Amino acid sequence: MSRDLSPLFAPRGVVVVGASSHPGKFGFVALHNLRAAGFAGPVLATNRDGGELLGAPVYPSIDDLPADVDLDLAFVCTPAAANPDVLRACARRGIRAAFIASAGYGEAGEEGRRVQDELVALADELGIVLAGPNGQGVVSTPVGLCAQIVAPYPPRGSIGIASQSGNFVSSFMNLAVATGVGISRAVSAGNAAAVGIADYLEWFADDPETRVGLAYVEGLVDGRDFARRLRAVTERMPVVLVKGGATAGGQRAAASHTGALASDDRVFDGVCRQAGAVRAGSIEEAFEAAATFATQPAPPGGRVAILTTAGGWGVVTADAVHRSSLTLLPLPDDLRAAIDEKLPPRWSRNNPIDFAGAETRDTIPEVLDLVTAHPDVDAVVMLGLGIQSNQARLMREGRYFPDHGLERIVGYHERQDDRFARAAAEASDRTGKPVLIATELAVADPDNAGPAAVRDTGRVCYPSADRAVRALAQLWDDARHRRRRAGGPDAA
Amino acid sequence: MTAPGPTAGRTLAEDDSAALLAEFGIPVAPATRCADPDAAVEAADAIGYPVVAKLVGDAIAHKTERGLVRLSLRDPDAVRDAATALLAASTPADGEVAVLVAPMLRGARELVAGVVRDPQFGPCVMIGLGGVLTEALADVAFVPVPLDALDAAEAIESLTAQALLGPVRGEPAVDRDALTAVLLGLGALAEARPDVVSVDVNPLIVVDGRPVAVDALVEVDA
Repeated sequence: MSRDLSPLFAPRGVVVVGASSHPGKFGFVALHNLRAAGFAGPVLATNRDGGELLGAPVYPSIDDLPADVDLDLAFVCTPAAANPDVLRACARRGIRAAFIASAGYGEAGEEGRRVQDELVALADELGIVLAGPNGQGVVSTPVGLCAQIVAPYPPRGSIGIASQSGNFVSSFMNLAVATGVGISRAVSAGNAAAVGIADYLEWFADDPETRVGLAYVEGLVDGRDFARRLRAVTERMPVVLVKGGATAGGQRAAASHTGALASDDRVFDGVCRQAGAVRAGSIEEAFEAAATFATQPAPPGGRVAILTTAGGWGVVTADAVHRSSLTLLPLPDDLRAAIDEKLPPRWSRNNPIDFAGAETRDTIPEVLDLVTAHPDVDAVVMLGLGIQSNQARLMREGRYFPDHGLERIVGYHERQDDRFARAAAEASDRTGKPVLIATELAVADPDNAGPAAVRDTGRVCYPSADRAVRALAQLWDDARHRRRRAGGPDAA
Repeated sequence: MTAPGPTAGRTLAEDDSAALLAEFGIPVAPATRCADPDAAVEAADAIGYPVVAKLVGDAIAHKTERGLVRLSLRDPDAVRDAATALLAASTPADGEVAVLVAPMLRGARELVAGVVRDPQFGPCVMIGLGGVLTEALADVAFVPVPLDALDAAEAIESLTAQALLGPVRGEPAVDRDALTAVLLGLGALAEARPDVVSVDVNPLIVVDGRPVAVDALVEVDA
């Protein structure tokens, strides 16, 4: 049974404690972000001055808040010394969760740690969910909650984020904005004094809005407890982890070579492998993995087909597949024969399926459908999307546009790339198999009709084939881990 | 890469370490403890040549580094000379010592396995590529204890040099079930014996596809 964090992630109303009229102060920013993101419930504020701020009524203290407003969450910006009284007032008022943005706790030396321990004990005694302290805030898109002192407010989606670094919450959410793959809940755990990463992940696993957990961890207090709980969470939802400080040398007093080799990094690798969590090496990789879990179905196996409009892309993608846990499917005879019906003989007639420029108007969606639907194909990586729209852009921006038939051909290319991206999403939805699209145009020209349409289908347009293959392998590793533990065909 | 650090406990002699591994079902090369060169020759005659001779004692942890292992001894004279030299190489700090005589097992592949107690995550079992280059290669994987057969199999699968686990130089592929059993045995040992600080099985030689421990070092709480 996970700890009930619904007052934090789904409060009926929020009060900003220690709101400020100075737009450079946290107490203003928090109120601004809450109001600007359009939280559906009431937003009130307290400070000594009273009055009104950004349209929110301001009261001198928590005890002065009107009794007929349902409030579950206090966002606390007051100095550490004031916070025990704030918590007591919250409890009197029936406020069930407090996000403590204030600093001056465990991060600030021994005295801070003592004050933090006292605050945790008080919150426990009062029955208040204590998030933070020293955290940047909490986001919950299903209720329009942006109770944080940083940007951005991300699009709605199904990734649940918990991070021991507030800045990485922002990084993940920036990547959500960039890819269009959204967030369900996000929390900066701050010092994680009372509610830790495992608590958040457990709640996400029970949360119908969240499909995948994404966490940044450092300095775990009890590694064995974390590993045990992580394992239970991954049984219910995929989890992607990034660990900070993983390369620090271990201090194991042991006469053995085994001890000498047991670095934090390698042991944590083992913890994640056993728990079935995806361990990512960087923030971008972690987000991409989580975004893939959130937007692609689990592959039924590890056999990959590569579709490409040019040879070199297919070759390097095949290399990436060989380096991963995936396998490059030898092209089945019946599939080769079926594609022969669609393409003149200069296509590769093997996997990678290289059209070699032989495609005509309908070839790409038709072959994509054939390949994705084939029972031996478990997943598809598609390359070359947007190449014609890239040329179209050069024409559109060139001096000859719109004459010489350019307007017509530009429109055609853009419609085609849009159509191919949608065909990929549809083929994936229809077959329940992952179809990943990779092109550097995702970052080189995000407005290109190809990547733009991929985003519009709610999926990630991967900036390189390597990254698409890595994400697909993570998807497959997770699926295989589940299947083996369910006694499935890949049981080792 | 860090070398083995100062010990937190005391080490068991190689044959005592091997006996403990055998209790947990880990295949170990048979060895005879001999008090003097005559006994060593007698043991070698019984085992059949070639043999290996090593100096053993509770306080002897890293034999190879000290030159206390003599390989490929092909006749009684070689065994006698080696045993004499090994006993002469012991120092007062080694305490009571003896010569261990064992068959010279051959395999193109040397693996390493072990147990360590991680300060964060508790006891972990290790598997990797072994021999004298273990630490330089660092192709190893850890699994927290307790572990099941799937955990062990996935750890083995996560090693980079998978080709070395397949058929190599006329030798069959490594029997993954047998290797999994070694990891499960080490896990069981770590659970049953909380006084065991660490275990090194290096090398774990692959003989006809099956892993056999030919050297073992168990460290227990002082």
